Amino acid sequence: MRDALLDRDVFEPEEGEIMEVSMGPHHPSTHGVFRMDVKLEGERVVRLKPVFGYLHRNHEKIAEHGAYLSAIPYTDRLDYLCSMTNNWGYVLAVEKLAGLQVPERAEYLRVIVAELTRFQNHAGLIGFLLQDMGASGTPLMYAFREREKILDLFESLSGARMMCNYMRFGGLRVDATKEWLDEVRALTGRLPGFVDEFEALLRANEILMARTQGTGVLPRELAINASVTGPMLRASGVNYDVRKVDRYGVYDRFSFKVPLGEHGDVYDRYMMRLLEMRETVKILEQAAKDIPEGPIIDPKVRLRGLRPKAGEAYGRIESPKGELGFFLISDGSGNPYRYRVRPPSMINLTILEDMCLGHNIADVVIILGSVDIVLGEVDR
Amino acid sequence: MALPPVEELKAQIEAGVPGASATVIPNGSPSAQHSLLLDHAHARAVAEFLRNHNEWRLDYCTLVTGVDWPDTETSEKIKVKKLVKAADGTESEQEVDEVRKTKVPGYLEAVYHLFSMEKKHGQVVLRLRTRNRTDDTHVPSLTPVWRGAEFQEREAFDLYGIVFDGHPDLRRILMWDGFKDYPMRKDYVPPADEIPVVETHS
Repeated sequence: MRDALLDRDVFEPEEGEIMEVSMGPHHPSTHGVFRMDVKLEGERVVRLKPVFGYLHRNHEKIAEHGAYLSAIPYTDRLDYLCSMTNNWGYVLAVEKLAGLQVPERAEYLRVIVAELTRFQNHAGLIGFLLQDMGASGTPLMYAFREREKILDLFESLSGARMMCNYMRFGGLRVDATKEWLDEVRALTGRLPGFVDEFEALLRANEILMARTQGTGVLPRELAINASVTGPMLRASGVNYDVRKVDRYGVYDRFSFKVPLGEHGDVYDRYMMRLLEMRETVKILEQAAKDIPEGPIIDPKVRLRGLRPKAGEAYGRIESPKGELGFFLISDGSGNPYRYRVRPPSMINLTILEDMCLGHNIADVVIILGSVDIVLGEVDR
Repeated sequence: MALPPVEELKAQIEAGVPGASATVIPNGSPSAQHSLLLDHAHARAVAEFLRNHNEWRLDYCTLVTGVDWPDTETSEKIKVKKLVKAADGTESEQEVDEVRKTKVPGYLEAVYHLFSMEKKHGQVVLRLRTRNRTDDTHVPSLTPVWRGAEFQEREAFDLYGIVFDGHPDLRRILMWDGFKDYPMRKDYVPPADEIPVVETHS
């Protein structure tokens, strides 16, 4: 594999000519408004430049103009499939900045909603990936059937299916009822069956193997150097999961494994999501069993008039897409002086070109699909 | 081995990279994530030193961002002796209050957050500052050391106007190519909303 960073001179073919294709911004496989400037020699990719920013609304500036509280609903709209984990990343950074404590029940509920989010994100991703490969409809509908059940739970808990706006620094906005927790337990009991079914559907499919194995290989060293995170990093065999490294929240109380890949190809990245879904079910079972009674927010936290001491803090969580971090600088006033999102989707795109070089253009679609991007987060 | 406290880190950097100077920037918040301000000339050597250090192995640059610190003006009251003309025409020396204003030039700052994937520790925060906000907004790029900084340095260039010397592909990333200003700066004035006139046929 060539290093795309060092090799940026104009590529000259030995024979024939280079064709430039603009894939996107309205291409169904780009999962949003995303464009790739692809240079092709025949069907082979020799250059690929991601172009994005079509959804840019300067999220960071909007958050810097408002109070600390008013940024929470905006974080829902970053990665609009995973609003719960976005909320958590932001409130964790604020809690570090202001030195706030979170009640135990709130920590457990955070784990439950975050793991449900991870499950539906991975199910959706696999559905979309298979759709891109031509498994039209069925896997995606299977995934969305399960996703709807999780979104129903979110709706009955927070009032919204996707834009949940559920967490607050120092705790949560509303408490979960006993019935809601029973529903979570019932759903968790059914999820392993769904994963088995989902896996059996395509695991041994010859076309899937041929398309994904050995495609878009990302070597271990490059993955680390390019700050790739999440399932994509672990597919390359790097054991790094922020849930295990930082042990934020109450993740140290649950026993779960971090699945690792060997080859770093599209197949490993696809399997990584399946295996993580199984581990997520394990965490959900333990969290729903052990959740204590108690308050969900520290009543002393000033939600509306929070004015942290001047200083800065970086808080990070393991979102379904990778390491989601928030960097905040406070100048002692009621709104953040600097508010910065570390978007895992965007940073994982850094090595898209490296992974695509030398592959056919049809493979670009599934390599991009295996990165798992959401343009609301890439463009912010 | 865990990372040493930031003061010792500074001492080891200055011992390990000849000529380099690092300044500790304390952080007053409860997070206590202190940072190190590097000089431009040795920034890349320090970055390589941190990445290749046998015990630290800071191989993972997670976050790169710009911060804008605008010019500030401090005013202080001082007493000045002045000749004051009284109403009857006689001049006498008196002490008068005067406000003296000092302008502190602002700067742009690039902040790097480092962790280690191999040793699973962190974090180390590095800072680089430009000389001012107008004509000398250069800092050295650390993309050659950590590839993961590539898009984020482009973003800091796009939204703050920090020029990263040595970046392989420094173009705007979120705004369009013809865009002139730097929207994340504190003194950025967004254009007034113009409602396009739509001609309708009555």
